Amino acid sequence: MLATCGLSSLEDLYRHVPENALIREPLKIPPGTSEYEIMAYFRGQAEKMAHGYASFLGAGVYAHYRPVLCDVIAQRGEFLTSYTPYQAEYAQGTLQSIFEFQTLICQLTGMEVANASMYDGSTAVAEAAMMAYRITGRSRFLAPANLHPEYRQVLDTAAHNARMTVVGFPYDPETGQADLNALEQALDDQTACVILQSPNFFGVIENVKAAAEIAHRRGALLVAVFTEAVSLGLLEPPRDADIVAGELQSFAISPSYGGPFAGVIAAKEKFIRQIPGRLAGETTDQDGNRAFCLTLSTREQHIRREKATSNICTNQALVALMATVFMSLYGKQGLRELAAQNVSKAHYLADGLERKFSGKFFNEFVVKPRRLTPQQALEKLLEKKILGGVALGRFFPELADSLLVCATEMNRREDMDAMKEVLG
Amino acid sequence: MPRTLGKVRPHPTQNEPLLFELSRPGKRGYQLPPLDVPEASPEEALGAENVRREIEDFPELSEVEVLRHFTRLSTWNYAIDLGMFPLGSCTMKYNPRINEAVARIEPLAWAHPYQPEELSQGAMEIIATLEQYLAEIFGMAEVTLQPAAGAHGEYTGIMLIRAWLASQGNPRRVVLVPDSAHGTNPATAVIAGYEVKTLASNEHGMTDPAAVAAAVNEDVAALMITNPNTLGVFEEYIEQIAEILHAKGAQLYMDGANLNALVGVARPGDFGVDVLHANLHKTFSTPHGGGGPGAGAVGVKPHLAPFLPVPRLRHDGRLWRWDYDRPQSIGRVRAFYGNFGVMIRALAYILAHGGEGLRRATLDALLNANYVRARLEPYYQIAYPSRSMHECVFSDARQAKHGVRTGDIAKRLLDYGFHPYTVSFPLIVHGAMMIEPTETEPKEELDAFCDALIAIAREVEENPELVKSAPHSTRVSRVDEVAAARKPRVRWMKGTKGAA
Repeated sequence: MLATCGLSSLEDLYRHVPENALIREPLKIPPGTSEYEIMAYFRGQAEKMAHGYASFLGAGVYAHYRPVLCDVIAQRGEFLTSYTPYQAEYAQGTLQSIFEFQTLICQLTGMEVANASMYDGSTAVAEAAMMAYRITGRSRFLAPANLHPEYRQVLDTAAHNARMTVVGFPYDPETGQADLNALEQALDDQTACVILQSPNFFGVIENVKAAAEIAHRRGALLVAVFTEAVSLGLLEPPRDADIVAGELQSFAISPSYGGPFAGVIAAKEKFIRQIPGRLAGETTDQDGNRAFCLTLSTREQHIRREKATSNICTNQALVALMATVFMSLYGKQGLRELAAQNVSKAHYLADGLERKFSGKFFNEFVVKPRRLTPQQALEKLLEKKILGGVALGRFFPELADSLLVCATEMNRREDMDAMKEVLG
Repeated sequence: MPRTLGKVRPHPTQNEPLLFELSRPGKRGYQLPPLDVPEASPEEALGAENVRREIEDFPELSEVEVLRHFTRLSTWNYAIDLGMFPLGSCTMKYNPRINEAVARIEPLAWAHPYQPEELSQGAMEIIATLEQYLAEIFGMAEVTLQPAAGAHGEYTGIMLIRAWLASQGNPRRVVLVPDSAHGTNPATAVIAGYEVKTLASNEHGMTDPAAVAAAVNEDVAALMITNPNTLGVFEEYIEQIAEILHAKGAQLYMDGANLNALVGVARPGDFGVDVLHANLHKTFSTPHGGGGPGAGAVGVKPHLAPFLPVPRLRHDGRLWRWDYDRPQSIGRVRAFYGNFGVMIRALAYILAHGGEGLRRATLDALLNANYVRARLEPYYQIAYPSRSMHECVFSDARQAKHGVRTGDIAKRLLDYGFHPYTVSFPLIVHGAMMIEPTETEPKEELDAFCDALIAIAREVEENPELVKSAPHSTRVSRVDEVAAARKPRVRWMKGTKGAA
């Protein structure tokens, strides 16, 4: 091969690279290892992790059962090792599954268009805000204090750099819902959108319809956010919102210490040209057969460069595929039953405990341990091999006496009883 | 149509309707465990006004139908597991399955980001180790793994420059981008609040130091350069360019999409780069998955380190800790800690190769690209005569005389059993054919690919219509993308029927 290239050694391949740019000494990385050793290394790391604990952790990442088929499909090499479907004739499988994904997300959220996925829920919210800016020409975003705190931080970073402002408004300390009177006062004619998460960070269901009406009166859009996709199996979708930004981790995506997940943006059809990221569309081939391809690419960075709707290139296609398989398996009835089980479990767990907020909740809620501090309660639970929840003091000083706990179909009654004993 | 064409024969596939068309009322593909607590009434628990009646038109299918549906769809895809994917600047290399296996070890895959740090030490050490190895490969002081993809890394990197400049008194207004750059570069600069000025490449396909010197002033925050650039050419004046920028207080940003050409051979930090991003899903072999997930790593020189996104890992002598107390940080760019599952795969790749193995892989990637170039040069017009690194770029100039364009040749390649090269990019090459074979292709596969392109060059001369009407053997014939954009149908709706 060297001879074909007219070279005499491998080093000749980079003779034209300036001497100064070349590495002076070998990389300080240990020698290569065998497959067996790599497996042993990661198994060793896994031993330094929580294992065999019952978990009541939620707060944006939920433990739901992952049907085996989700991983079986995602591990098929034709999905796993394929590229972004730019060459439609060689990627009909990926394209049709994206088209199905987009449809499922529309059905789930009550929206009319959905993109082929975003990095995660937090970045989807920031992108939704930027989308609202492009639509309204306004650069002020309103976000309630009960939005996921890390989502808020990502939004702040993005807004700060684009020279836009995020204005907070409080939650009602009685119900745990966003304070709509405060929202009304905070709104002005420069507000691009109101962001509202439901169920919110405290697990409480919001009145999206009322918030949308308030926002629309001042010409602002309503961006509805969800972190717990399973809730949409039973909860009225945010039909009154203009844009929905959410996280699909609940749909067969393992918690994986925080990623990779899959975010999504869905919206009303009239905003289709402002939606960031990819879209798959239905069309035909030259012989009139049904076919799919990426479409409206003229919004994207590889064509519009500095005028693109976002800089997104790689998204979360494979993770979105797992969510698609999950939605297909559970289907219309199953997603409802799954959501109903979550409600039953969480309400059983809450029964008899001191809840901090009176608002209706789905599968997580804020609890004040009766006899112990949150820290003491968590330590006591760890002794029983239970991960007891998130101490809220780290995000909300006024809730330093409280925990955010979550129950899903994965939690057993006996662990919930043990939990209640410590928190009650 | 001959039954055998090069390495392929047509193979039958079944039609497959959409999930929604397959759906029949009452079918189910799941089984929930029996409820071990009293059943709550949804209306009471959630409020009657909050309960949805049904998810309209959501599918109802059995498990075997779901399995067959997606298995059939999978057979309509091309993939690295089926053959070479010579997409330039996309670095489609073999995805070792050990990476998948270790990412699925339960205590790692099921770790919750808010579980106690004491019970997360394994994951934290994996992240810290990968950061350290990447810093060594990049020649950088520190690395963050928070960004979820390459473009997200670019965005993080530009924000770091902005924050550092702001701390010096002025974030500046302009970012310079060569015309050979990826489209993400200008898009990123604008999203980070900058105005973009384009720099023209010189006749060797390189960024010209004189052009940089003429464009840079106290208003310029940075130059975003890709090295090797999208022509596969090493920017020979890179150090000089860095000096010109630094003299005016501007920064050198490097897009590391083509890092596969440099690992173990040259380090961006050594040749003057202040901040770079690398795509773990390219250079470090994590699967592309039809478009993600990826992960972006961003490496910086010491002066930019205080601005890195929160949280950062820190070892307190006993344990790894997440450090949120970073007053100069640009803030958070993503919830939690980045795409951890992708980091596991990338670290597995580095462990398999080791330092010397990584260098060998780079040399093989360079050799493969130069071999393909040498074999194809008699048949296709090389875009720039400059030496190639890991990819080579041709143009369709010779074939265009017969009315055949790069897109047609690409579609004809499908008939020969190969995914096409990158078309219509870089923008500065008219009719570009950008080929990146990577190190993982055996010579036999490279030869089959070159043979196919050579055969097509002959077809162009003898029977151009055959090429212009390709593909002929794929599941669908040439897809009407214009019609798709004219009347977008981006979801299925009840009552509509496709042409399946």
